[in-house]
Amino acid sequence: MKVSTMAEMMASGQTPEILFWVGCAGSFDLRAQKITKAFATILDKAGVNYAILGKEEACTGDPARRAGNEFMFQMMAYQNIQILNGYSIKKIVTTCPHCFNILKNEYPDLGGNYDVIHHTQFLQELIEQGKIKFTDSNEWKGKSITYHDSCYLGRANEIYEAPRKVLESLDMELREMKRCKSKGLCCGAGGAQMFKEEEKGDKRVNMERADEAIETKSDFVASACPFCNTMLSDGIKNRDEELGIEVLDIAEIIAKAIQ
Amino acid sequence: MAILAQILFIILTATALSLFGKNLLKIRRNILIGKAGFLNDQKARRWKNVFLLALGQKKMFKKPIVAILHLILYVGFIIINIELLEIMADGILGTHRIFESYFEKFGLASLYNFIINSFEILAAMVFVACILFLARRNMLKLKRFMSNDLAGWPRSDANYILIAEIILMGLFLVMNAADTQTHFIISSSLQPLFSGINKDTIFIIEHTAWWLHIIGIYIFMNYLPYSKHLHIILAFPNTYYAPLTPKGMMHNMPEVQNEVLYAMQPELAPTGVAAPASFGAKDVMDLSSKNLMDAYSCTECGRCTAACPANITGKLLSPRKIMMATRDRLEEVGKNIDLYKNFVPDNKSLLHDYITVEELMACTTCNACVEECPISISPLDIIMELRRSLVMEESNAPQEWNSMFSNIENNFAPWKFAPDDRDAWTKQA
Repeated sequence: MKVSTMAEMMASGQTPEILFWVGCAGSFDLRAQKITKAFATILDKAGVNYAILGKEEACTGDPARRAGNEFMFQMMAYQNIQILNGYSIKKIVTTCPHCFNILKNEYPDLGGNYDVIHHTQFLQELIEQGKIKFTDSNEWKGKSITYHDSCYLGRANEIYEAPRKVLESLDMELREMKRCKSKGLCCGAGGAQMFKEEEKGDKRVNMERADEAIETKSDFVASACPFCNTMLSDGIKNRDEELGIEVLDIAEIIAKAIQ
Repeated sequence: MAILAQILFIILTATALSLFGKNLLKIRRNILIGKAGFLNDQKARRWKNVFLLALGQKKMFKKPIVAILHLILYVGFIIINIELLEIMADGILGTHRIFESYFEKFGLASLYNFIINSFEILAAMVFVACILFLARRNMLKLKRFMSNDLAGWPRSDANYILIAEIILMGLFLVMNAADTQTHFIISSSLQPLFSGINKDTIFIIEHTAWWLHIIGIYIFMNYLPYSKHLHIILAFPNTYYAPLTPKGMMHNMPEVQNEVLYAMQPELAPTGVAAPASFGAKDVMDLSSKNLMDAYSCTECGRCTAACPANITGKLLSPRKIMMATRDRLEEVGKNIDLYKNFVPDNKSLLHDYITVEELMACTTCNACVEECPISISPLDIIMELRRSLVMEESNAPQEWNSMFSNIENNFAPWKFAPDDRDAWTKQA
C-alpha cells in the first residue's frame, strides 16, 4: 500500500480529495500507529483519494494550549496553517479527537479554515455510501462491545452517534457504560494530563473508567481516540491482566471486517 | 393610627427597595470589573437558551424528581409574588384586599377567589417541597451536599433560604386563614384553629401575619445579594450570555497570536505598540465579565463537582469550589473598591490565595462540569485562564510539561522522537 504525501501529490499534479491528519500519537506511538495503519488501509480499500503531510506535519499545539502555553500553541498553529494553506487544503480527516477539535474549532480564528471531520464520521459516511463492504462472516458479529466516549468528540463537539452507528453496522452488541454520551467519564488524558503524573488522590482516573468498562462484561472496549485507548488499555491491564479485554479503535475494528 | 401604619409601610418599602437596588448595582459594578465584556451576537440563539435553560429549566430535568420539586418552587415563587401587588397597594393606601373590592365591582369575585386559591395551592406545594428539600439536604447525606466545599456559611445559606421560604408560605396561609371573611381553598382548613378566639385577637393575628410576611419578603430580597440564591435573577442573563461555540473551543488570545505573527514576519510589526501587560488571569479583574457573572450566578448545587473526573478520584479540584472562590475574591475586591474608590493592591490574588496550583493542575478539560451546569456556568474557562497566567507569567509548570513544551518546540511532537520518523509508519503499512 502506497501512502502519498501532499508534496508527492503536488509534484505529480494531483489534488487529493482529503488530507489525513495523522497526529503525533498516530505517527510515533507504537500502539497508535496500528490505528493509523488500520485507517490508511480502510481509505485505500474504499478507494479514497487521500494524502498525508508526512514530515511536514507538526503538533497542532493542543497539549501546549491546554497546559496554558499559548505562545507555543500559536507558534505551532502558525506553522501548520502556513503549510495547510500553502497546499490549499479544503478537507481534513483525523483519527485524533484533540487534533480534530483544535483544527475544526480553533484554527479558524487564526486563518486556518478547513472542513474537518473525525475518522468515525468519515467511516460512517463510507459505510452509508457503500464504499466499505464487510466480509460475510466478519469476526465481530454478535460480539459485545462498549464504546468509550472521548471528551473531545462527545461533549466538546457533540459527536455521540457516528461511532455507535459504525459499530452497529457490524452487528455488534453495543453495551453502554453507566456514564456515557454527554455524561461520559473522561479517561484522564485530556488537558495535557497525558504528559504528566496525576495529582494526588484516591484513584487514577483511567482506573475509574476501566472499572466501569469492565463492569459491562463486554468482549471488547471501543475507543475513538489514541489517548483514551492508551489510558483504558493501561487501566484494564492494571486491574486484571487475565481479563484480556482488548481496547480497540473503531478504525481497527472496521479494518478487520472489511473485504 | 392607620396613617402611621401607612407611613411606616412606605418607609419600610422604600428602604428595602433602595437597599436592594444599591446592592444589585454593586454586583453589577463588580461583574463589570472583568476584562472582556459580554458577547451579544446571534440574539435569537441566545434567547432560545434563556427560554430552554432558565425559563424551561431543561438541564434540571436530568434528575426528574428534583426537577419537579424545583419547578414547584420556581413557579410558586413567580406566581405567588403577584399577590405582592395587592399587599403593596393595601400597605400604601391603608386598605384591606383592595383588589377584591375591584373584582367584585366588575362582577369578578369568583375570579379573585380563583386567583387567591391558586396562590394558596402553590404556597402549600412550595411549603411541602421546601420541607422535602431540607430533609434531602440534611438527612439523605448526598455526597455533593456533604462535601467540604460547603463547610460553614454556604451550608447554612442553603438551609436559611429553605427555612425562610417555609416561614413565608406559612405566614401567607395564616394571614389568609385569619381573614375570617374569606374562605380560600387551603387556608379555610386552618380556620377551625381560631374557633373560640375572640375577634380582636384574630384581627391582631391577621395583621401580624400580614406584616411579618411582607417584612419577611423584604428581608429575603435583601438577603439575596449576599446569598448563593442570587441565581433566581442571574440565571437569565447568564444563560443569555453563554458561549454559543462548541464546548471544546478555547477562546483565542489575539495578543499572543500577534506577538507570534510579528516574530515570524517582523515586517508586519507595528512600531511603538507596547506588549500587553499580562497574559491569562491571575486575579478576578483579569477574567471576563461572563466568568464573574458565572461566579455570582452559581447556586453551589455541586452537579459540576459530582461529574468531575478529578474530584471523583479524590483530587483536590472541585469546579464548584472554583466558582465559590471566584465570587469570594470578587466580593473582597468589591469591598476594597468601596473603601478606596479604586482597587488598591492587597497582596492577594485569586490564583494561589484562593485557588491553588494543585487544583488547577488536576483538570482534564473534559467539559463534564460545563455540561452539567443547569445555567451555563463554565468553571473550565476560569481554570484555563488561571493556567495561562501560571504558565506564561510565572513559568510555573510541572517539569514534565516543560519537557513536553521543549519537545514540541524542537521535535514538533510532545514526545522526543526524531521529526524525520513522523512518516516511518508508512513504510510498514
